[in-house]
Amino acid sequence: MIEFVLDGRSKVNTYMQLVQQVKQALRVGLLEPGDQLPKVRDVALALAINPNTVLKAYRELEIEGLAEGRPGVGTFVKRSLAGASLPNQAKLREDLVVWLHQAQAAGLTPEDITALMETTMRATLAENAVSGRPP
Amino acid sequence: MDIVVETDRLGKRYGRTWALQECSLHLPAGRVAALVGPNGAGKSTLLHLAVGLLRPDAGTVRVFDSAPYDNTTVLAEIGFVAQDTPLYRDFTAAELITMGAKLNRRWDAALARRRLAQLGIPPDRAVGTLSGGQRAQVALALALAKRPRLLLLDEPVARLDPLARREFLQSLMGSVAESGTTVLLSSHLLADLERVCDYLIVLHASRVQLAGGVDELVAEHKQLVGPRHGNDPVAGVAAVLRASHTDRQSTLLVRTNANIDDPRWTVHEVTLEDLILAYLAEGETQSSHEAWGVPA
Repeated sequence: MIEFVLDGRSKVNTYMQLVQQVKQALRVGLLEPGDQLPKVRDVALALAINPNTVLKAYRELEIEGLAEGRPGVGTFVKRSLAGASLPNQAKLREDLVVWLHQAQAAGLTPEDITALMETTMRATLAENAVSGRPP
Repeated sequence: MDIVVETDRLGKRYGRTWALQECSLHLPAGRVAALVGPNGAGKSTLLHLAVGLLRPDAGTVRVFDSAPYDNTTVLAEIGFVAQDTPLYRDFTAAELITMGAKLNRRWDAALARRRLAQLGIPPDRAVGTLSGGQRAQVALALALAKRPRLLLLDEPVARLDPLARREFLQSLMGSVAESGTTVLLSSHLLADLERVCDYLIVLHASRVQLAGGVDELVAEHKQLVGPRHGNDPVAGVAAVLRASHTDRQSTLLVRTNANIDDPRWTVHEVTLEDLILAYLAEGETQSSHEAWGVPA
């Protein structure tokens, strides 16, 4: 079971924050198919938020095929987002750590690194989309 | 969609002053609605009209499709927590629950006891000696024991400290999740409303300035930043709520009716709080210019 937290300063809708947290948990393997999501009442009570907001988030996850509601029981994870990439992530992370040390040694600040990452990612992924290579 | 509260050009007058005027709105079932406005905007008056404590001087108010004034049938469906949660201060919480059982046709005493036990509220102390937060919880538990289909709350958290406020809203949202009760609550505390409410009614100067679903309202309002703007219309803008200008730049808060595609404008999302403040400020400047007899 996961526990939701809200960022009160975020401009992201409350329901979208819940959706994103479930997806994040799915990506990192914290939630797996068959796991139950927190009950609507419990989320409303814990966060002092409107239960309709929680329902909306769960409906969104159902529409995306990630969760399914079982009447009278609750909402359950149907599909994972981690997929085959999860086992590879540890290795990629190691590579990234090596690269980050290089970037730091070359004098890049964290902001420089983020900017470089973002622009490179955009450019590379756009290229792949054009040439038809797998992303 | 079922409509729980519907008003049509509703008005209430105290002496020669209209506390509420030309108020037309509807509240769909299952919503948690916020009633927002400055002091004296007519919020309490509207709530008192909806619960049948006041008789309209103009127009109509209907709750579950009947007029609530002098109507005990519809009253059984409505829970009401008045401002500052008035309770008989010498009674204990347990006595108040017993009293509620004698005064109401439908009464779930077990529910009220369970709620208060969970919150650790003593059953045997006069409620006047409890903290403000605990008293508010007792009042809420009593209102919910009626198992109302509509719950009206007048400034339920205004006097509470932040922790008590959070605990009160937690209990409220938990019970809404269980019961599906429609809620209409008035409040000044905009940050709380954003989490709790999915429907918004803005009252100002005894009139309804804005009413609708929160997501829809937030989605259709945008802030535009662009080059100095005259009065020529911008494609996609239905109304300009607020405009400020420097010599080169204009910032507009607008209600849209289509996407803003004009590349000169940078479009920013607005929060519920931005939106409420803009509508309140709009009513404010209009009325004060009038009152001082100077042109706006």
